[in-house]
Amino acid sequence: MNTGIPLEYFLILASVMFFVGIYGFLTRRNLITILMSVELVLNSVNINFLAFNKYLFPDQFQGQFFGLIIIAVAAAEAAVAIAIIINIYRHFTTINVEDVDQMKF
Amino acid sequence: MDFLSLFVIVPFLTVVGIVFCKDFKQVRLTAAIGMTIQLGLAVALIFMYLAERKAGNMAEMLFMADYVWFPSLNIRYAIGVDGISVAMIGLTAVVVITGILASWEVQHLSREFFISLILLATGVFGFFITIDLFSMFLFYELAVIPMYLLIGLWGTGPKEYSAMKLTLMLMGGSALLLVGIFGLYFNSNPDGGQLTFHILEISKVHIDPMAQRFFFPFTFVGFGVLGAMFPLHTWSPDGHSSAPTAVSMLHAGVLMKLGGYGCFRVAIFLMPDAAHELGWIFLILTTISVVYGAFGAIQQKDLKYINAYSSVSHCGLVLFAILMMNKTSMNGAILQMISHGLMTALFFALIGMIYGRTHTRLINEMGGLMKIIPFLGVVYVIAGLASLGLPGLSGFVAEMTIFIGSFQHTDTFHRVCTIVATSSIVITAVYILRVVGILLMGPIKNKEFENLGDAKWFERLSLGTLVVVIASIGLAPLWLSNMINDSLVPIIEKLTMNL
Amino acid sequence: MMDLSISIWIPLIPLFMFLLIGLFGHRFKPLVSGVMGTIGLGVVAILSYTIAYQYFFVQGKVDGVYHKIIAFNTVWLNLTDKLHIDLGVLLDPIAAMMLVVVSTVSFMVHLYSIGYMHGEKGFHRFFAFLSLFSFSMLGLVLATNIFQMYIFWELVGVSSFLLIGFYYTKPSAVAASKKAFIVTRFADLGFLIGILILSFITGTFDFITLTDTSGEAIRQGATIGFLGMSVMTWAMLLIFMGGAGKSAMFPLHIWLPDAMEGPTPVSALIHAATMVVAGVYLVARMFPVFHTSAPHALEIIAWIGGFTSLFAAVIACTQLDIKRVLAFSTLSQIGYMMLALGVSGYGGEEGLGFMASNFHLFTHAMFKALLFLGAGAVIHAVHSNVMNEMGGLRKYLPITHITFLIACLTIAGVPPFSGFWSKDEILVAAFHFNKILFAVEYAVAGLTAFYMFRLYFTVFWGKDDRHYHHTPHESPLTMTIPLMLLAVASIFAGFIPFTELVTSDGAAFEPHIDYMIAVPSVLIGIVGIIVAMVMYRKENGMPEKMANNLKYLYKWSFNKFYIDEVYMFITKKIIFNYISRPVAWFDRHIIDGTMNGIAGVTNLVSFEIRGFQSGQLQKYAFVFVTSALALVLAFIYLWTN
Repeated sequence: MNTGIPLEYFLILASVMFFVGIYGFLTRRNLITILMSVELVLNSVNINFLAFNKYLFPDQFQGQFFGLIIIAVAAAEAAVAIAIIINIYRHFTTINVEDVDQMKF
Repeated sequence: MDFLSLFVIVPFLTVVGIVFCKDFKQVRLTAAIGMTIQLGLAVALIFMYLAERKAGNMAEMLFMADYVWFPSLNIRYAIGVDGISVAMIGLTAVVVITGILASWEVQHLSREFFISLILLATGVFGFFITIDLFSMFLFYELAVIPMYLLIGLWGTGPKEYSAMKLTLMLMGGSALLLVGIFGLYFNSNPDGGQLTFHILEISKVHIDPMAQRFFFPFTFVGFGVLGAMFPLHTWSPDGHSSAPTAVSMLHAGVLMKLGGYGCFRVAIFLMPDAAHELGWIFLILTTISVVYGAFGAIQQKDLKYINAYSSVSHCGLVLFAILMMNKTSMNGAILQMISHGLMTALFFALIGMIYGRTHTRLINEMGGLMKIIPFLGVVYVIAGLASLGLPGLSGFVAEMTIFIGSFQHTDTFHRVCTIVATSSIVITAVYILRVVGILLMGPIKNKEFENLGDAKWFERLSLGTLVVVIASIGLAPLWLSNMINDSLVPIIEKLTMNL
Repeated sequence: MMDLSISIWIPLIPLFMFLLIGLFGHRFKPLVSGVMGTIGLGVVAILSYTIAYQYFFVQGKVDGVYHKIIAFNTVWLNLTDKLHIDLGVLLDPIAAMMLVVVSTVSFMVHLYSIGYMHGEKGFHRFFAFLSLFSFSMLGLVLATNIFQMYIFWELVGVSSFLLIGFYYTKPSAVAASKKAFIVTRFADLGFLIGILILSFITGTFDFITLTDTSGEAIRQGATIGFLGMSVMTWAMLLIFMGGAGKSAMFPLHIWLPDAMEGPTPVSALIHAATMVVAGVYLVARMFPVFHTSAPHALEIIAWIGGFTSLFAAVIACTQLDIKRVLAFSTLSQIGYMMLALGVSGYGGEEGLGFMASNFHLFTHAMFKALLFLGAGAVIHAVHSNVMNEMGGLRKYLPITHITFLIACLTIAGVPPFSGFWSKDEILVAAFHFNKILFAVEYAVAGLTAFYMFRLYFTVFWGKDDRHYHHTPHESPLTMTIPLMLLAVASIFAGFIPFTELVTSDGAAFEPHIDYMIAVPSVLIGIVGIIVAMVMYRKENGMPEKMANNLKYLYKWSFNKFYIDEVYMFITKKIIFNYISRPVAWFDRHIIDGTMNGIAGVTNLVSFEIRGFQSGQLQKYAFVFVTSALALVLAFIYLWTN
């Protein structure tokens, strides 16, 4: 069952998304942007799961299930993270990640 | 229910009892009752032991029991005593009860104080009854840890520093010790099969000499730290000077004996080849300890420092005698542990009581105390005389047994070391008399001290008990010496087997 | 036949008295303690006389030779297979003689002290200590083995310490007691090492085995050399060091003059008659061993004894404290005894020196105790120790005066008093050994007469019209009775046939007086007395003139040849400042510094590496990601190869 788009394309897309996410995670200073970067990473994994499921084991559903679970987890995580960010903002009046460095030595 | 386990259970129950006490009077009463029972048990144990021996039971250890509590590694709670451990248990029981009496008026957090103190005692008792290396180590740690709290919370002077120093150095020792113990464990069955921590089982095995050479220093130094071996003794002066009275008593009196006992029971007994081969290194160190501690004591100004250095010297003699590895000197080492334990407990009790009255421990600030507090003064002189080895008190018996035993060594080097060590008796006389002269005699130096009260009943009881025990060992040492001697026979056999 | 094992009670009674008076004395009236102690010692004295009589005249002699008898023995401590410490009672001529000496003098001193110490604070403590001392000394005398001797040796040292420091609030007494204990303790270290070597060589502590001249033990070790002398010589010299410490031989004599800080009865008992002769007793006890395996040691003993006797006699001539004069005189006389032992041979007439030494020990104990007790009576009357503050006391203290005169005549060696007989024997023995030593002893005899009569004339004659704060009066009866009894003993002790009773090998020999030696020695003594009389009988300027003429000798002698200062230098400067202080510093800074250094380095390292824990979330993430990547790359690399 060939849909015309080779598996490699999906993988390249996922890799690009993954590294964009990592790059964003490492370089952005805004906590919201960092959270978004994390979402990118998660979704890149999702794409991989679905792609592998479709191309390698079309008669099984584990990949799709994992994709669903990750979406659910990501939603929950986003809720928690945003709650934390709001609290950080109230506490420090900033959401710049460099200013939030109380948890050290 | 086996008899020996009572030595761990009674203190444990006492701790539980203390938890439910209402005020400090109940606490101290509970502690005193518990430890009096313990003393009774110890006396009973001595009689039972002697009776058993008299009845012809010549087993290496008596009253043995054995429970496996961690089967996959064959860790067991194995207990048993021979004459040496019986003697040490007796010593511990005496020192603990006198320590409780000496801290009769500790009111600050008294519940926690007595709980820690008794936990410490539990560890010591447990250490002396077990013959399984792992359980032994466990009890050893149990004894060392409460020390930190006791010094850090109830101490005087730079107590946090001292507590930290003491704990860290002793923990360092334990780390070395653990290596030694595992070394023994993994070599305990060279033919393959079940490994063991059980001392008697290991002693039947001839451990590979290479392994012995490697693990002996670890074990000896590990215990040696607790035995205040030069140059690892510096926790002792600081620790003792900051510790509260009862803790100093227990620590110098019995905890430091764990070091000597361990060196003897584990390092030398289980690794005789290495002990013969490497003993000379430690012999030099302990000889230095003996003389160096005594010289160090001469110039000190603080009563507790003097006594701490004196302990370094006396405990050095214990390790020194153990390293001579013949029956007489080892007997002397055990006697010296007992004698020093009692003496030093007496000293620290006295110093605590004097400090409690004058609020200073610097000898230059005191003088002529004999006239004001004659009871404490006389007991101080007795303790001093015991420490400098007056015949009729326990110190003499121990020291002479050590010197004569050591001098019987066939090697000239060992005999020369013995002569060097004997010189400590003169130096000891110098510092003891210096303190007695300045502290007790002469005219009254400080007018504020003129109205100090002499010892109260519990202080008299505490000091009196110690003095009586010291004197009775000093006057009639034969039974004790024979009891230890009989137990040394199998050990000496093992030591000379592979020569 | 009487059972000799009751002799065990001789030391036990004083021990019991010590415990009784020491523990409960403060509950009784003071006098009760004194009387109890005295009665106890009276019983001991009677027992001792009985035992001595039984030994000398009933049981001791077998085939004309005195044997050693073990009257009681029990094992006190087992050491090795061969060595064990016993406690027991050994009777032989010297032990029996010493029993008589110790119990007599001790009893006299107890009796005397009831009067002398009357009203003193710590009366019962004094008697407790006296009993402790008597116990220790009697135990020492009766020792069956060298280790028992060492045990009691230490105990007499401590009793002496306690009694010298009896006036513990007086700093000089405290210092003196400390000095006495530490000096003798140092000597005891030698004794102990000597015992260790001796027991290592011979495998026994037992006196009978050790001194058996036909036995094995005595011959062991004489052949092994060490630093030019045999090991046995070293061992015996070290043992002698212990004896020299207790008997205050040069150079370990410095404690004895200071020990006079103690109450005078104590000086009489411990520092004149009994404890200080323990060294002589020790050498006498080990004499066969010295003679057989360590003759060089014996020679050294002779020279040390001779030197000490001269040295002390010179110092005694210039001292002003009445008790110090007596103390130096004691040193000098003990020097005589040591010399006599040193020059002695073994067996029959060869052993003349041995006999003479013990003879002199006996007579000296009597007259020196008398001198001290007399001096005590004087001090009691005048409340001063210094001779210059006394004079003309013969009118006030008639009994003391007469007894003191007798004692002085005795020590000066005037016949027929006992000192003459014993000193004469020593001179004869020295004459046969070495002429220089003999000449020295002649000189000492003259000096002795001089300084004793200097003391006598200054105190009892001299300034007749001296005024005292309150008129001195004769002491009470408890003090004068011992004086009189001891005076009688001093007069007649010389007629005891020592050559039949106390000899080196137990067999009697014929004494004979060598007039060539005896007559000049008496003459020298009388010259000394006359010189002293001329100078001190009436107050005149002669002593000062004399002192000016012999300026340096006088100064050195007055300052005891600065030996104390040398010791002070060694102990204070060298041991305290150059050993002990550096050790303390080393411990504080180097050893403890190392430990603190280890802790410090740990601290420093952890301080440095804590920068990793910056709190910067993205730094953590960066480290994590790069590390993960590095790992992945590394694994890939490994797999592909």
